[in-house]
Amino acid sequence: MITDDLVNKSSALRQKWEDEVKKIVAKHPDQKESWTTVSDLGIKRIYGPEDIKDMDFERDIAYPGQYPYLRGCQPSGYRGKYWTFRMFSGMGTAVETNKRWKYLLATGQTGLSTAFDFPTLMGYDTDSPKARGECGKVGVAIDSIDDFRDLISGIPLDKITTSMTINPPATILWAMYIACAQEQGIPLNKIGGTIQNDMLKEFIAQKTFMCPPEPSVKLISDTIEFGTKYVPKWNTVSISGYHIREAGSTAVQELAFTLRDGMEYVEDVVRRKGLQVDEFAPRLSFFFNSHIDFFEEIAKLRAARRIWAKAMRERYGAKDPRSLWMRFHTQTAGCSLTAQQPYNNVVRTAIQALAGVLGGTQSLHTNSLDEVLCLPSDHAVQIALRTQQIIAEETGVASTIDPLAGSYFVEALTNEMEEKAWEYIHKIDDMGGMVAAIEKGFPQLEISDASYKFQKQIDAQEKVMIGVNKYVQEDEQVDIPIVEIDDSVEAEQLNRLAEVKRKRDNRKVAETLKDIEAACKKGENVMPYCIEAVKNYATVQEICDVYRGVYGEYRDPGIY
Amino acid sequence: MAERRIRILLSKPGLDGHDRGAKVLARCFRDAGFEVIYTGCHQTPEQIAAAAIQEDVDVVGLSCLSGAHKYLFPQVVKLLKAEGADDITVIGGGIIPEQDMQPLYDAGLKALFTPGAKLDSLVEWINTNVTPRA
Repeated sequence: MITDDLVNKSSALRQKWEDEVKKIVAKHPDQKESWTTVSDLGIKRIYGPEDIKDMDFERDIAYPGQYPYLRGCQPSGYRGKYWTFRMFSGMGTAVETNKRWKYLLATGQTGLSTAFDFPTLMGYDTDSPKARGECGKVGVAIDSIDDFRDLISGIPLDKITTSMTINPPATILWAMYIACAQEQGIPLNKIGGTIQNDMLKEFIAQKTFMCPPEPSVKLISDTIEFGTKYVPKWNTVSISGYHIREAGSTAVQELAFTLRDGMEYVEDVVRRKGLQVDEFAPRLSFFFNSHIDFFEEIAKLRAARRIWAKAMRERYGAKDPRSLWMRFHTQTAGCSLTAQQPYNNVVRTAIQALAGVLGGTQSLHTNSLDEVLCLPSDHAVQIALRTQQIIAEETGVASTIDPLAGSYFVEALTNEMEEKAWEYIHKIDDMGGMVAAIEKGFPQLEISDASYKFQKQIDAQEKVMIGVNKYVQEDEQVDIPIVEIDDSVEAEQLNRLAEVKRKRDNRKVAETLKDIEAACKKGENVMPYCIEAVKNYATVQEICDVYRGVYGEYRDPGIY
Repeated sequence: MAERRIRILLSKPGLDGHDRGAKVLARCFRDAGFEVIYTGCHQTPEQIAAAAIQEDVDVVGLSCLSGAHKYLFPQVVKLLKAEGADDITVIGGGIIPEQDMQPLYDAGLKALFTPGAKLDSLVEWINTNVTPRA
């Protein structure tokens, strides 16, 4: 692609340019000595043909829809359909969240994404002592299928895809969705959506866990198997780097740990379920962060597609092109937002969203300006959604596919991200895989190192956060409206749950729970039993208690 | 006898798993010369109070980003008091809206830190306001 002749010519010109720069810098020194990405990758003053001279167009770049899918999985790009505008939302009761969803659909959102409250996320019901004070705070409270019906009331399940950010109890919430579709007479091969269902990143980063890693992976393989057989349009796992990055990792760590998590799931399904890679791999989906370092993020997303295609083809022998496609959702970086001068967050989010789009995301959530202070207000959510619409429909960036391909800098940075990610992936291979690495605390400590270093750089003003360590407004009054979840939500939800428990057939519930327990003990797929249990109003906690009873509970080792 | 160092129990009460801040602080306090015990996530107020007493700490630092601080933080103070351990300084951090601050101070929290707080400012606050108990 880059000929020797071009490299020779370029090197001569570059030498001339460097001499020129030296003279200028001697007179007018640079503003700082080292220039790095937010993740501390060194960046050169300029890139040229010699920086990508080893690249082969056919092998390394090619066109969208062609291996190694660097430029995108879909040949037609965003012209046929923009990315899905998928805003993450959920608050208070199911009825309230349903109202917010209908508002979002009315303002032009094209897919739903569910935030659950902490008791639901951790597999506790609202009436558990552990749930005190948490009900409805960071998302919607779901105890039984009764709540779930309210959540999706009036949403056409065969038309709108819904993503559920749910991990330890993913089998249960998915069972509720499936049961509701069945009640409405919608065939399971018509429903589409995503359950996050990625436990490895929970142990690494987000810390929403229930059972130890090994059985947690087993439950995920159950869902992948069930989806492959009966719910073919569902993404049964969303392998997530988002939370890894939010926990303080670098971009390379996010990339490497996420992809290695994906490989762990592939290996488990093949080993445990005996499925062929091509039977299930097309439904694996991914979820990345888009942080503030513009080009680093674009390079990361491009590299992710190429690494995954190579891994699936070379490590796992996948043949179906769809198995090689990395499809992913992107969310702008919550951790990059500031409580100080919060309106600046609109700008940060816009830049991050643009990076996600230039990186070729399939779906996008843009954070609201107030998310560092509280749950987002309607107005703040609207600005965030409009940000996506402006990028899609005003800026023109969606007109052409992968516009940054061929940029000396972007290609060189993409190559560097990939190289460094493979180093981590091989290191984890050598440890015996991701479950083994997690048990050693390896990814957790790598992230702790990175986040502590970053915080010290912020405090030392080596890295800048406007409004926090530079251009600080001393007497700042934050004047944005604060959304609060009323404590009455907890009382209301407790009543609902008590009502469900009173009305249901408790003998039937006990039977279905026993069936789940037996399935767990025999190593059978739990999904059919979960669907039966939720139909009979077994609650999230009741089923999770069965899991905890059989598999044991995982406690945070508190590694720092 | 060497002077006793300040002992700090850092904990995350409730179901929230956002532990980036707590872990950064654990390292920062260790580097500042304090003795640090980090409990990890998902602790009940009862577990935290019991650990604080058992470990004989001078400070309990609570971190919560889920919005449940209004219930959880005062609960820890109350339980420590019930055990006669109200000489332990309790401080908190996380996403704490302005209007929740005063009620938390009234409930016995001695300091609250929110996003953007510098590490040095926390170390300084502890050095100024806490002396190791005899």
